[in-house]
Amino acid sequence: MSKLHVQTRVNGEACEFLCDPRQSLLDSLRDELGLTGTKEGCTTGDCGACSVLLDGRLVCSCLVLAPEAEGREITTVEGVAQGEALHPVQKKILEHAALQCGVCTPGIVVAAKALIDRHPNPTEEQARYWLAGNLCRCTGYDKILRAVLDAAAEMRGEV
Amino acid sequence: MSQKRSFQQVGTRPIRHDGIDKVTGRANFGADFSLPGMLWGRVLRSPHAHAKILSIDTTKAEASEGVKAVISGVDFPAISPSSSDGQTDFRDLSRNVMAREKVLYHGHPIAAVAATSKQLADEALEKIIVEYELLKPVLSLDEALAPGATILHDDLKTRGADPPSEEPTNVASRIELGRGDPEAAFATADVIVDREFTTQMVHQGYIEPHAVVARTNEDGQSLIWCTTQGPFMIRAYCARLLGLDASKIRVTPSEIGGGFGGKTTVYVEPLAVLLSQRSGRPVKMVMTREEVFRATGPASGTRIRVKLGAKNDGTLVAGTAEMYYEAGAFKGSAVAAGAMCLFASYDLQDFRIEGYDVVLNKPKVAAYRAPGGPMAVFASESVMDELAEKLEIDPIDFRLHNAAREGVQATYGPKFNVIGLIETLEAAREHPHYKAPLGPNQGRGLGCGFWFNAGMQSTASVSLNEDGTAVVVSGCPDIGGSRTSLALMAAEELGIPVERVRPVVGDTETVGVNDGTGGSRVTFATGMAVIEAAQKVVQELRERAAAIWGVEVDQVGWQEGRAQPKDGGEHEPLDIETIARRAGRTGGPITASSSLTARGAGPSFATHICDVEVDPETGFVRVVRYTAIQDAGKAIHPGYVEGQFQGGAAQGIGWALNEAFVFDDEGKLENPGFLDYRIPVASDLPMIDTLIIEVPNPRHPYGVRGVGETPIVAPLAAVANALHNATGARLRDLPMSPPRVLDAIDSVR
Ligand code: FES
Ligand code: FES
Repeated sequence: MSKLHVQTRVNGEACEFLCDPRQSLLDSLRDELGLTGTKEGCTTGDCGACSVLLDGRLVCSCLVLAPEAEGREITTVEGVAQGEALHPVQKKILEHAALQCGVCTPGIVVAAKALIDRHPNPTEEQARYWLAGNLCRCTGYDKILRAVLDAAAEMRGEV
Repeated sequence: MSQKRSFQQVGTRPIRHDGIDKVTGRANFGADFSLPGMLWGRVLRSPHAHAKILSIDTTKAEASEGVKAVISGVDFPAISPSSSDGQTDFRDLSRNVMAREKVLYHGHPIAAVAATSKQLADEALEKIIVEYELLKPVLSLDEALAPGATILHDDLKTRGADPPSEEPTNVASRIELGRGDPEAAFATADVIVDREFTTQMVHQGYIEPHAVVARTNEDGQSLIWCTTQGPFMIRAYCARLLGLDASKIRVTPSEIGGGFGGKTTVYVEPLAVLLSQRSGRPVKMVMTREEVFRATGPASGTRIRVKLGAKNDGTLVAGTAEMYYEAGAFKGSAVAAGAMCLFASYDLQDFRIEGYDVVLNKPKVAAYRAPGGPMAVFASESVMDELAEKLEIDPIDFRLHNAAREGVQATYGPKFNVIGLIETLEAAREHPHYKAPLGPNQGRGLGCGFWFNAGMQSTASVSLNEDGTAVVVSGCPDIGGSRTSLALMAAEELGIPVERVRPVVGDTETVGVNDGTGGSRVTFATGMAVIEAAQKVVQELRERAAAIWGVEVDQVGWQEGRAQPKDGGEHEPLDIETIARRAGRTGGPITASSSLTARGAGPSFATHICDVEVDPETGFVRVVRYTAIQDAGKAIHPGYVEGQFQGGAAQGIGWALNEAFVFDDEGKLENPGFLDYRIPVASDLPMIDTLIIEVPNPRHPYGVRGVGETPIVAPLAAVANALHNATGARLRDLPMSPPRVLDAIDSVR
C-alpha cells in the first residue's frame, strides 16, 4: 500500500512524515517521528496515556488517524516544557510525588495542562472529571489531584 | 535496632532522580525502544478456551509478504515433566508461552510471526491454518471439582492429597495448615459465624502492556530489552525455555509502567528471542491491551469458607477455613500464601485451614500484589466484623483484643517479632475519620491488612566520582520510586545530599544478581545492600584520610560527609570531594559492592477505614472517604510510601466494587479492554488519606519494612463492612456491583 505524505506542526515546529493511511496519529508520533513520550496503553481511547493536543483540543492520539493531522497543530508531552523550564503541572507532579511508575504521567501532564488552559480555577470535582479519561493504576489519584490543583493555583499567582 | 537513630536524609521528600525524565516524556518504557532493521513480532492466539490442536500449517504465512520467521510449539525444546526450580514448573511455563498438544484458554499463544511491519505480521497471522478438536471448557470451580469433570491435564495428580489420588484431576494440590484442636475449641465459643465468600479473577491492570526487543548477535548472544520486574528472572527463564546458557543472554530492563506482580514471569520475551534467532534480525513485540487481558496473569477467582468462634468477652477461640483458588490453565495459584495470610492478624491458637489449587480453562494466574492475600482477608475480616456485631463490641476494640503482637505465634508458623498492628488500630480509633458523623445512606467499615514481605537476593554497588558525587547501581527496576529510596540510604551513610547520589538500574551484566522487584522487597533488601556498600565506601574514605594524615584509621571519624579527626586530633576535616579528587594518588578509585540474601523482612500491618454511600434505588456504591493507616517500619521517602498506600487502596476498591473477568459460556473473555474491565478512574474516588506508623523492623539497619503489598489486603473487607453498615446487608460475593447490592438491599428490606 502506498504511503501518505502528511505535513503538520508538532510542538511548534513544521514537520512532515509518511504513513500508512490506516495508521493512528499515536503510531506516527512514536514510530515515524520518534516522539515516544506519548504512550500507548490500550489503543481504544480508554486509558488516556496517548493524550495530545490537536489544535489545542485534548484528544486520544490512538483514536486519530495520522492523515487527519494534515495542516494541524499538535502538542505532545515533549512540547509542554519550555526548554529547561518545566510547566507548573510537571513541577508540581514532581514536588507532590504524584507519579509512581510514571507511564500515565505524560498523558496526565498533557490533559492537566489542557484543563488549566481552559479552566484556570478548577474545583477538585472538575479536575477529577476532566482527568477521568486518564487511567493511573499506581497512585489512587490523590497526589495527582493535589498536584494539578496546586499547579493551577500557582499559575493564577496564588502561591 | 537498639537506639533510635536520627536521620539527615532518610525520611525527607526529595524529588525523584528519574522524575524529570518521566514528566517530560523522555523516560524509555518497554515499547519505546527500537533498533535499525527491526522486525515486528505478533502472536496468533487461540479463539477457543479448550481444544486439541490437530495441526498447524504455517507454510502460507511463511511465504507471505515481509515475513522473516514463523514459530510454533514444535520450535521449542522439549522440557522434562519434572523440570522445576521449586517455584516455577518450566514445562508448564513453556506450554504457557506457546501451546503444545492443546490450547487451554482463550488467548493461549499458538504461533508467532516476525515480519517487516506490524500490518504485515498481522496479515501473516491470518494465513496460519490451525485445526482444532473442541473440548468442553471448564470454567468454574464447581465444574472443575465435579466428579467426572473434564480434565485439563492427563498427568495432573493432586499433590498433598490424602489419600494420594491415582486418577488425573483438576486439583493440582491440597495444602493444610493449622494447630491445636479447633473442634474442641469451638465447643467453648459463645458465638460462631460460618460464611462462604466468592471472588472473581481480576487483573493487575498496569497501564503499560508487555513489550520486548530481542536481538541475537553473531556470537550467539541474545540481547533483550524489556519491561519486567526481574531482569535476572527473564534471563533465567528464557535460558531454561530455549535451552540456552544464561551467559548467552543479557537483559536490560526498561522503565516499567506498572507490574504489581504481573511482570514477574515471561510471555513474549522467549518468543522474541526465538524469532530473532530464526530471522537474524532484531524483533520487537508489544502486546495489545486485549492480549494483556486475555493472556497475562490475573489473580485467582476464589471460593472461601471461613468459620470463627469467640467468647462473649471478645476472645477469639477457634477458626477453620476451606479455600479454593483458581489457578487458570496451569497449576500454581497463591492459595498457600492466602492460607498463611488468612488469620495472620490475630492471636489464634486453635485453627485449621485447607486450601486447594484448581486448574480450569482461564488464563494462568500470576502474582498480584500480596498474591493470595486480599481475597482471603476479605473473607476473614468480613467474618470478624460480623462477630464483633454479634458480640456488640466496637470493631476496633474486638480486633485490638485479639490482635497479633510481639511474641504471639503467627498462624503461619514463626513467632512475631516487633510488629505494628496494634499501633495502626489505635491510630484508627483516634483518627478524626473514625469519629466523623455519617450522612444518610452512608456507612463506615474497617479492615485490617497484613503481608509477610520478602528479603531474597540483592546486589548493589556504590562508586565515588572524582567530584565526590556517588553512583548507586542495583539490578531492581524502579517500579514506584525505589531509585530515590536507595539513593537516600546511600546519601545517609555517606553524609552527602541525596542530589549528589545518582541511582542507576543496571542490566544483568553490570551488576550481580538481584531477585525481582516484588514482595515489597526493594527498599528493604536492596536497601540493605546499598547501606552495606556505602558503609564500605565510608570505611575506605576513612582509610584514605588516615593515610593523608598519617594516623591510624581508628583515629578518623566520618560525619556530615567529611573525615574528622577523633579524640582532639589536629587535622583539618577532609571533605568527600577532596578525598575523591585525590583518590588516584591515595590508592585508586573508591568503590564497593555488597551482595546478600536479606533476612528479617518485617511484616507490615494496616488498618483501613472506609465510608461508602449507597444509592438505595440503583445499588450504586460510592466511596466517600477513605483512610489508610499502615506500619512502614521506617518511611525512607514518605511521599512514595503514602503513594503505595493510596494506590493499593484504589486497586482494592476497584476489586471490591467493580473489577472482574467476565467469561461467556464458551470461555471467551468478554471484557478484555479498559472500557469494560473498568479500573477506578479519578472521578470514582475520593482523596485517600494516609497515616504512616513507624514501628521499626528490628532486623533492618534503619527499621524498614516493605510497604507495597499490605495496602491492597485491607480494602476489600473495609468496603464490604462499610456497605453492610450503610444498608444492613452483607455482601459476600465480589464484585459488589449495583445489581448485587440492590438484591442484597432488597433481601433485608
Ligand atoms: S492508548 Fe489511546 S487512550 Fe489508551
Ligand atoms: S504512575 Fe503508574 S500508572 Fe500512573
